Amino acid sequence: MLRWFLGGREAQGSAEKNSVLCIGEEQPKNCFTELQVLKGHFDIVRFLVQIDDFRCASAGDDGLVLVWNVETGERLQELRGHSQQITAITTFTCNNGLTSHTSLITASSDRSLSLWDPDTGNRVQTISDLQSSVKCLLVLERLCVWVSGGEELCVWNKDFQLQCHRQNHSDTGITALIELPKNCIAAAMDKEIVIYRLTYSTDSSLSVAEIRCLSDHQDRIRALINVNDGLFASGSHAGELILWDAIDWNILAYEHILWEESQACTQAEIRLAAPKPSEMSIQHLTTNGTHILAAVGSGLYVYSILTKTVVAYRKVAHDSNVLHTMLLSDSELMSCSEDGSVRMWEIQDLPLPAEPASPGLFGMWTFGRSNKQTGPPSKKVMDVPNIRTLELTGDLIGHSGAVQMFVSFRENGLVTCSTDHLLILWKNGERQSHLRSLALFQKLEENGGL
Amino acid sequence: MIGSPDVVAFTKEDEYGQTPPDPWALPDEFSIPLHPLVDSNPWAKTSYAKFTKDFILISEFSEQVGPQPLLTIPDDPKVCGTFDLNYFSLRIMSVDYQASFVGHPPGSGYPRLSFVEDSRVVLGDSKEGAFAYVHHLTLYDLEARGFVRPFCMAYVSADERKIMLQFQELSLRFSQASESLKAGNRRAFAKELQRKLRDLEYTHSVLQREEGLQREAGPQCMYSAHAVEKANELANVEKSIYEHRDLLRQISSYHRRPRRDPHVVSCQKCITECLSECEQLLDKYAKLANPFSYTAKGETGQKGQVDDEGDVKEGDEEEDDGVKRRSSYTPQLIKGKSAKCFDKRLKTLQELCDVTFYEATVELLKKTERSFRGDLCYLYTRRLDRALRRKQRVTNFLFEEDLGDDDDDEDEGGTLRPFCAVNHAVDNYTLLNPLPIVLGPEPLELDALEPPDPLDPASETSHTQGSELGLVESHLESSPSDQTLETQESSEETKGSFSSGKSGMDLAERQQNLASRKSEAPDPDSDLTPDPDHNTDLERESSSEEMETTAGEDEGDDTPVSLLEVVLELEASREDECEGFTDGPCDMEPESLVPLDTACCMAQEGFLYEASAPEAVQPCQTLVVNQEPHALLPLQDDYAVGSPCSESPAAGLELPVGHLGDAVSRTSAEDGSDCTMSASTGSDLGYGGVVTLRQRKKAGQGALKFVRQYPFAMQALWCLLSGRTLVVLGADEGRVRRLVAALALFVPAPGKCGDRVQAWLSCPFTLTDLQRWKLIGLQRVASPVGSSMLYSLSRYSRYISILDADQKTLRCPPYRGQLLANIADHRTYIRRGSTYFLHLQSTLCQLAAKAFLFTFTHHLHLPVSSTEGPEVVQGRRLCFLQEQLGLGEEDSQILLYLSQLITQQYLHPATGSSAAATCFSFNYTTSVLYKI
Repeated sequence: MLRWFLGGREAQGSAEKNSVLCIGEEQPKNCFTELQVLKGHFDIVRFLVQIDDFRCASAGDDGLVLVWNVETGERLQELRGHSQQITAITTFTCNNGLTSHTSLITASSDRSLSLWDPDTGNRVQTISDLQSSVKCLLVLERLCVWVSGGEELCVWNKDFQLQCHRQNHSDTGITALIELPKNCIAAAMDKEIVIYRLTYSTDSSLSVAEIRCLSDHQDRIRALINVNDGLFASGSHAGELILWDAIDWNILAYEHILWEESQACTQAEIRLAAPKPSEMSIQHLTTNGTHILAAVGSGLYVYSILTKTVVAYRKVAHDSNVLHTMLLSDSELMSCSEDGSVRMWEIQDLPLPAEPASPGLFGMWTFGRSNKQTGPPSKKVMDVPNIRTLELTGDLIGHSGAVQMFVSFRENGLVTCSTDHLLILWKNGERQSHLRSLALFQKLEENGGL
Repeated sequence: MIGSPDVVAFTKEDEYGQTPPDPWALPDEFSIPLHPLVDSNPWAKTSYAKFTKDFILISEFSEQVGPQPLLTIPDDPKVCGTFDLNYFSLRIMSVDYQASFVGHPPGSGYPRLSFVEDSRVVLGDSKEGAFAYVHHLTLYDLEARGFVRPFCMAYVSADERKIMLQFQELSLRFSQASESLKAGNRRAFAKELQRKLRDLEYTHSVLQREEGLQREAGPQCMYSAHAVEKANELANVEKSIYEHRDLLRQISSYHRRPRRDPHVVSCQKCITECLSECEQLLDKYAKLANPFSYTAKGETGQKGQVDDEGDVKEGDEEEDDGVKRRSSYTPQLIKGKSAKCFDKRLKTLQELCDVTFYEATVELLKKTERSFRGDLCYLYTRRLDRALRRKQRVTNFLFEEDLGDDDDDEDEGGTLRPFCAVNHAVDNYTLLNPLPIVLGPEPLELDALEPPDPLDPASETSHTQGSELGLVESHLESSPSDQTLETQESSEETKGSFSSGKSGMDLAERQQNLASRKSEAPDPDSDLTPDPDHNTDLERESSSEEMETTAGEDEGDDTPVSLLEVVLELEASREDECEGFTDGPCDMEPESLVPLDTACCMAQEGFLYEASAPEAVQPCQTLVVNQEPHALLPLQDDYAVGSPCSESPAAGLELPVGHLGDAVSRTSAEDGSDCTMSASTGSDLGYGGVVTLRQRKKAGQGALKFVRQYPFAMQALWCLLSGRTLVVLGADEGRVRRLVAALALFVPAPGKCGDRVQAWLSCPFTLTDLQRWKLIGLQRVASPVGSSMLYSLSRYSRYISILDADQKTLRCPPYRGQLLANIADHRTYIRRGSTYFLHLQSTLCQLAAKAFLFTFTHHLHLPVSSTEGPEVVQGRRLCFLQEQLGLGEEDSQILLYLSQLITQQYLHPATGSSAAATCFSFNYTTSVLYKI
């Protein structure tokens, strides 16, 4: 594309050539025509949480939590207190009668937990000197408690009092937590998913008990999500996607994504002959209740829960690992990657096969029974007739490092955070222009003319 | 010995016979004195002035050697040439009409400090071809005769009209300087008094001790000659102490007396500091009051007798001085020696004033000199330009150079901003309004002061100015007696008709009065008001030929000399512009457009319209002719320039004459609107921010070269104007920098210091840089650094356009519009950079005007009724851009971008980025590669 000023030299190397996907600069469907760079962090920004309709909080390796106004791009609060990187952040909404107030809970490598008021910037509660650092947080609003997971599982009430805790046996600790029906929680620990149940005893003290251990994954579990009331899903480093029943914790579907050997060999020689595990690792899962979007290596797969099949996929959606994804609607999705770009996709019906030589293969089994496959399953090309294609509709290029995460505020815009210490607020230029005009005439009226 | 100086009276003929000014009268800021003679070359040098350009001369009347020049500003011998400064000092010092009343008023026992107001006078020396505004002031010196040292500051020019018409402002500036000098002088004087008092105190104690010894020695010694001598000496010292203490008291009461001079405003903080200092001193020396009261009586009685005649007193004072001097020095240091008047070294001006004050004053005068550089035409056009630009504050930031804060202060902060030598914080002073002077009932004026429409500043201004022009002055002339009474009572004898300084003050007072009465609407132009009426009684024919041009001569700039050439070039390129020129923003019927071959109109708005009420215009124009006897230029009645949309009659603009030559004004009229005429006459005389006019003109040359050299210049300019960052890539730093400097002219809202432009960058840039800079010069390097830079170029390629200076290519979205055709025509007939710069300015100004209209037109952005959806508004906006402004899609982007900038500036006037980061807009379009 820019060969002309490279002067014939291949400055970018051959890796660039492999990224077959290039939408170019004409992107009529891309409405993000305005951006604001939000500066404030001094290190990698890893987490973004939405506080309400116009605020979001960002946290990262510098231990800072910054609260932003998404409409104006203003930095509203600077929450300082953690001395080391933030490992988890979540919002905690207290509903006392009519008013609800949202606070932030953060966990850090300095083995402390803090509760912040994003309105004032005050550190409301803090617990330090934990035995280990917390890796994930889960708020159970129904029970008015929250759970922290690390090497041990702790249950806290809203006043930051420890209700009960449970030591783990595994070394890796809990990497993900989700809430399940019937006061259960599922915790991902290495290759296993452990189901805990919270019970209130007669003296209204809370206790937690391990009731089930699901060890069907063959590799480390990278993602664990709730799909809907009756389903949850988990994805592993080896590319396994398992759909679980949320009530009785049975496997409903098992999907293994792997690459055809020959296909891998025809790739450029610089690549390893065998697929690197990271290329089929499920980095991130997201769902809207009917579809699951899996980020597998640098590819994207849309899995329909209804048909239990992959309905659309793109093996090389990004130049590098996909880190975060989102389903905006049934047909629109978004992904961000280590290559520093955010891409927007649309699931389109395929008039022609988009990728004639299908690079990926899916071994598909529906597990009514419990006999697990050991080792790679037999290769069997499933010719899925109703498969649709993922079309790139636009990309957002701005970050100079990996885009860690993004949060959509719908018409208010999109916030992305990155390893380059920046946040970028992407907006619809026309809408912003309209809003500015409104503000202008309002000010004009206040001033009584020019 | 001294010939009677031909003082130019600052008065005018009786104008009772004139018709009262009609409401269509021209607002003052647009009035340009009529061109004196049509075929005389206005740029001809004055024939017989012996100096090359105007300068400021400071002289003093030394009591030892008489009038002598002290310094000139600029301090360059070339400036004065063969001009005899000594002779001229003598001339200007001989017209000192200050009331230098010195002495003891009957009844008071001590020498008095005379509080003299400054006097202002205009003086001409036709033989030397020099005219001067002369400002006299007196400073206090303990060692001088009568404690005063007369000084004067003069603005010397070969152009009499210039001085007459700038009288108000000159007076204002020199008053500031004078106040600053006097403030410093008072401090120094108080310090000197303190020293003296200390010495006296010491001497007193020594004498007292001696006397005590004598008294101890026995009564027989009491009446010895020696003892009497001692007693006398002691008495002298005591008297001297009293006198000096009284002087100290007087100097500290300086600020409490009412000031008649309206131009005098001093820094409150300085005043209070000085006051407290004096009071401390007073307290300190008050304790000496008692011990020797018995001897003081005889002395004072003797004094009182001498006091009766002033002249005698002076001699006495000298004598006194001698005594004091002798005794003031402590015996150990110097044995009392009586110094002759002519032996002693007089203090220099620096010593008289505090050094800081002196230096600040010289700086101020330097600034004054700079701001008055150039001939009258230049000053007027610059003023006109500024007046207009001040009115369009909303869009100024886009393409105009910064007006500069200090200039704003002068012009707008009103006439009362005190000049403070020691830089007390600006907000520290309380605006000191001089005592209001009641000049008797002035119903006319009051009527005129009623603003017809408080929301219409233009009409208000013009009304006020109309009143100043006509009513006030006629009134002033009609009642000279009481004003003279009011202002000149301090001077015992005024020399008859030479009251120019005073009457100038009167006018100023009156304006002051106006300003204080309608304090909520200070008229920014009141001090700039040129009064064409003052010309009427100038009988010297010299005035007409004395249009001096200093524009650019010192810098060797090639611009101003051949204005005619500029004009020709512009005319040559006019045809193209006419084609490209589309209907302006006004919804006027096209038939009301007047064909333009006017000889004398300079348009402010895009079009000339037939005046809606020509019969109302006519008397005004004849009035103008009457006022200007030299104006032989016929005035066409039907050419009235007006803004057609305004309802207020006063907003109509009739410009009596194109001051710069007709063709220029015609061209500018056709160009639509050009309010940047200042650029035409001068080089960078005096003002400009960091990016000076001179730099911009030089850049104009570069831009012209760029336009002529590159066929895709239009696309590059479009990128800049539509807000797409342009990266100039090249290996040669000089070439890239030159290109960037040239293209920087096209960057909208470049910021005060050009901070949207990065001339030379040799590291990879990031998105933040793209957001900050709109024009980047980038180094092309063949190294790993270079490849990462190229990577950033390709990565952000959607946000940037790349101009390759080495391979002469441009990569940017395709542009097919016509809007920029007339500024980016590579076959343009314009040959000169400065011409092109003007041409550019006019086009950009026109763009800014359109963008302003677009931004502030309500129905283009918001629904008119609640039933309208956003699509309707969108459609209307498109329709406006495409059909009414005739802009294509790409051209619309320019306007949208400018509009966005205006909106942002309006919403966040500070910088727009105080709390929140600035927005960066872009759109997704493919780029194409342009080659030569």
